[in-house]
Amino acid sequence: MTAPLLSVRGLCKRYGAIDACRDISFALEEGEALAIVGESGSGKTTLLNLVAGALQADSGEVVYRMRDGAARALSSLSEAERRALMRTDWGFVHQDASRGLRMNVSAGGNIGERLMAIGDRHYGRIRAAALDWLARVEIAAQRVDDPPSTYSGGMRQRLQIARNLVTGPRLVFMDEPTGGLDVSVQARLLDLLRGLIADMGLAAIIVTHDLAVARLLSHRMLVMKQGEVIESGLTDRVLDDPQAPYTQLLVSSVLAA
Amino acid sequence: MTARPYNFAYLDEQTKRMIRRAILKAIAIPGYQVPFASREMPMPYGWGTGGVQVTAAIIGPDDVLKVIDQGADDTTNAVSIRAFFAKTADVATTTDTTQATIIQTRHRVPETPLSGEQILVYQVPIPEPLRFLEPRETETRTMHALAEYGVMHVKLYEDIARHGHIATTYAYPARVADRYIMDPSPIPKFDNPKLDDCPALQLFGAGREKRIYAIPPFTRVVSLDFEDHPFERTKFDAACEFCGATDSFLDEVVIDDRGGRMFVCSDTDYCEKRRAAKTKDVAQ
Amino acid sequence: MSALVPNELLRVESLAKTFTLHLHDGALLSVVHGVSFSVMAGECVVLGGPSGVGKSSILKMVSGNYLAREGRILVADGERVVDVARAAPREILDLRRRVVGSVSQFLRVIPRVAALDIVAAAAQEAGLDREGSRARAAALLARLRLPEALWRLPPATFSGGEQQRVNVARGFAGAHRLLVLDEPTASLDADNREAVIELIAERKAEGAGFLAIFHDEDVRARVADRIVDVSRFSDREAA
Repeated sequence: MTAPLLSVRGLCKRYGAIDACRDISFALEEGEALAIVGESGSGKTTLLNLVAGALQADSGEVVYRMRDGAARALSSLSEAERRALMRTDWGFVHQDASRGLRMNVSAGGNIGERLMAIGDRHYGRIRAAALDWLARVEIAAQRVDDPPSTYSGGMRQRLQIARNLVTGPRLVFMDEPTGGLDVSVQARLLDLLRGLIADMGLAAIIVTHDLAVARLLSHRMLVMKQGEVIESGLTDRVLDDPQAPYTQLLVSSVLAA
Repeated sequence: MTARPYNFAYLDEQTKRMIRRAILKAIAIPGYQVPFASREMPMPYGWGTGGVQVTAAIIGPDDVLKVIDQGADDTTNAVSIRAFFAKTADVATTTDTTQATIIQTRHRVPETPLSGEQILVYQVPIPEPLRFLEPRETETRTMHALAEYGVMHVKLYEDIARHGHIATTYAYPARVADRYIMDPSPIPKFDNPKLDDCPALQLFGAGREKRIYAIPPFTRVVSLDFEDHPFERTKFDAACEFCGATDSFLDEVVIDDRGGRMFVCSDTDYCEKRRAAKTKDVAQ
Repeated sequence: MSALVPNELLRVESLAKTFTLHLHDGALLSVVHGVSFSVMAGECVVLGGPSGVGKSSILKMVSGNYLAREGRILVADGERVVDVARAAPREILDLRRRVVGSVSQFLRVIPRVAALDIVAAAAQEAGLDREGSRARAAALLARLRLPEALWRLPPATFSGGEQQRVNVARGFAGAHRLLVLDEPTASLDADNREAVIELIAERKAEGAGFLAIFHDEDVRARVADRIVDVSRFSDREAA
């Protein structure tokens, strides 16, 4: 079997006396979706940011298999390399779409930016790519020249996804991608994500407090509590046969509609 | 002769050294914005303090100074700055582009081609071409350092999406020596081609923003565009009313309250020379 | 890893399952122990015994949905043998895609996804191309007599029987050699049960093996080649 796409070893992060992340290790394969679940304060968002290189870890390392096959430790990448990685091979979908979009630039400009950043200089082709992606995320084509400041929350989130996926990344980080959205909007977004992950063979790390989202989107799951991974395994196994006390508590606490 | 109360060209020698160091650095890294300790000048921000400080740092007693504002030698800004240097440096001044060794300009490049003996000093309001899309200084510095200029084309994309063509007509961004992207100051895009491969040294001073940048002589300067929307020089439908020029940048002048207008060369020296030559032709 | 005999698709050895109920002071709930049996190619092994005895738990351990406390679950994967009880998540996922299929008792409904797409996705996961998957899905849904008008609709509003037929089609969409069925016909009427029985028979003839739970005695009689009485292994008192 090929080497994992992403390898996290012994990642630690302290804030004063608090261990936000304690010795976290896991691997992610190409095309695999991993959910990180836990309640507020569990450290899941910190872990996501550490792995994505947005935060500096106190110890441990993150190794990523680049497109050319070379396994590179994130800490060994120059700032330029890391930023280039974030723009091409990686995506990051924020919970708050306005953090991941240019709110006053048109939707087409938002989607096209990554293409222009990697050197595309043909307006017609860039616009065509933007329109193609708007269709894929189910945003009406006539909204292409509107800025996301005129969009609803669900539309902004879908635009954020399009903006991230236009360069065909292999790994996407998502921080509560459906947080704060209405239920019907959530369902649409989740369905879209599920389809895109499958169609594009994306690897994804999805932070969520919503177990239903984890079940729908992920193959594997990490359960975090107070900075530690207290259980991990196949998503359906962890949810249907939880072993750790905290996991059992989480699973039994969820209300079914 | 009354004793001059100011140091030569107003600035103290240490300050001039500091500015010259910044200028040298700027020349060494074409298009890169060098921060400098902009001094308090006897004119407010927005009136050319950056250009004045650059000129003050490089001017010598034998220099001949020309100052233009939107192409004209006789507007307030140009007249004041010329008088300023006449008073503080006692240098010769001129309106003739070919006679000047230093030309300080606000928002235009002279029509007359420059030589390697000349220096063009631009007054710059906002030196940072990325500022409109990225308000954070920390971020724009990183973007320049890493040559992350995708967002510049986003601006042009927006223009085309909104207006069907690139609507930026002044302060048109350009890439210097295939590396840094710069804002050439609010000169009309008509003037952008003049920056490319110019024999003269071009210096840019922003007083309020405290930045100096430069284009060394014979440096490649390419205006940004798209493959399918290439950079186009502005063309005028009219010729200059006074001298008949069809190759210069024209100002549109409203002449009455019934919509009457005429087009005249913005570069007053260029226009006068042409008129003088025509009169001579006619006389001969 | 001990080798399976030829045509042995599944061998369960000394399998045990205990639940630790941490929310009830760590009470131990022992379900089964010492479970051992095999499933050969072309046969359908039915787990028998009263309700609550642990049949479903065994099925779930075989498909990796439950963790085994003890024992081995050996599955034949071409030349290789995989112990599901010990395999890494990635391996189990891979097995589920290609080797071990399953049909649960109820369809887990996802909003917005049409019935045809659910089945086609399963076919695609198993390796068929887009065109082939949709054709196969259509064929299966037709076999299971799901009205064509429903194919383009998400199953959320379907009746229990209609949903279950989508579920069965999904389970049979791939080319899995081992199929694990948990009461697949419980909500189906006689005609639809018949369709499922036929599907099972066809697959058996092709060499697939089945491990199943059927409460319906008639279906069991038609389909089962062997019955393994789970009460032998059970720690539970009959419900």
